Amino acid sequence: MIKPETITALGERFPAVRFSEFRDQHRAAVPAAELAEVFAFVKETRGFDLLVDVTCVDYLNYRNAEDRFGLVYLLANTTTNERLTLRVYVNEPNLSVPSATPFWKGANWLEREVYDMFGIEFAGHPDLRRILLPDEFTAHPLRKDYPLQGRGERHNFPVLTREEG
Amino acid sequence: MAIEIPENVVVSRLDSLASWCRKNSLWPMPFATACCGIELMATGASKHDLARFGAEVMRFSPRQCDLMIVAGRVVMKMLPVLQRIWQQMHEPKWCISMGACASTGGVFDTYSVVQGIDRFIPVDMYVPGCPPRPEQLIQAIIDLQDKIQAEGTIGGREFAMRSRQQPKRALVELNVLSLPRGVSNLPQGVRVE
Repeated sequence: MIKPETITALGERFPAVRFSEFRDQHRAAVPAAELAEVFAFVKETRGFDLLVDVTCVDYLNYRNAEDRFGLVYLLANTTTNERLTLRVYVNEPNLSVPSATPFWKGANWLEREVYDMFGIEFAGHPDLRRILLPDEFTAHPLRKDYPLQGRGERHNFPVLTREEG
Repeated sequence: MAIEIPENVVVSRLDSLASWCRKNSLWPMPFATACCGIELMATGASKHDLARFGAEVMRFSPRQCDLMIVAGRVVMKMLPVLQRIWQQMHEPKWCISMGACASTGGVFDTYSVVQGIDRFIPVDMYVPGCPPRPEQLIQAIIDLQDKIQAEGTIGGREFAMRSRQQPKRALVELNVLSLPRGVSNLPQGVRVE
């Protein structure tokens, strides 16, 4: 549950933020340009000291979708037990958002996973490399335009025969 | 002229003797990556007792092993590791592909999962099942023992046969039908790299 004054304070400080609610879960859609300031505000002023998760949704071919990618930041305040979801929508060709690592150290690997799977660039990230897939992998496989069976990466290995082995 | 042979002397071929020694002291290298590895552990534990078949000495160094048991799915990041471990094992060596995932990819028909390790390393025995019971793995080891006894040679000539140099395919790959495009106001197929 989130306190009403947190919503009010965030809305007064950032008028462009749009709020929505579903079963007492509050979401705030933030413009990408204001993301870093929103991070600083919710952390320093409203005490959201825990970044639970960073993930992404690809809305390609999704009904009534207006944006391609939707980033999701799940935040929690461990003192007041407030929880807040930040949504940021990004589109081609500018897939860059400011990194959350200056505010929450735990964002490091989470953002690397989002970069690995979706190709979202996190500006200011200290070490933006692939975290799960091999370094030589070229695609971002959780995008909806990436085929389920891949583009042959899983077959691209040398074959060891009995004599070679 | 008959040669006198004492009763406690058995005449055999050297190949047969070597194979008999090898088949009864297989040292498995457990390459367990998923739930098949749990069944592999159960096979080695006291209830099923792989020691009855002389194959209980699990060693985690490939240089001490002669039987690789690949138990579980192998992803494309793991396959170079698997090949390197296979190459580090000494001849003569054999490989058991345990379970549906190691043999064919199983239900994981995705970009990252290798569709059967037999595409990239030689496999002697396949064990079906998801995961296989320990009895099935024991049966595979018994069958492998029969195979070693039947065709094994002391110099390993059977490994140089031409028919064993071809990569096998346990499964022919099918393409998933492309899903119908949904209604969207996004441009279709943008950003394909």
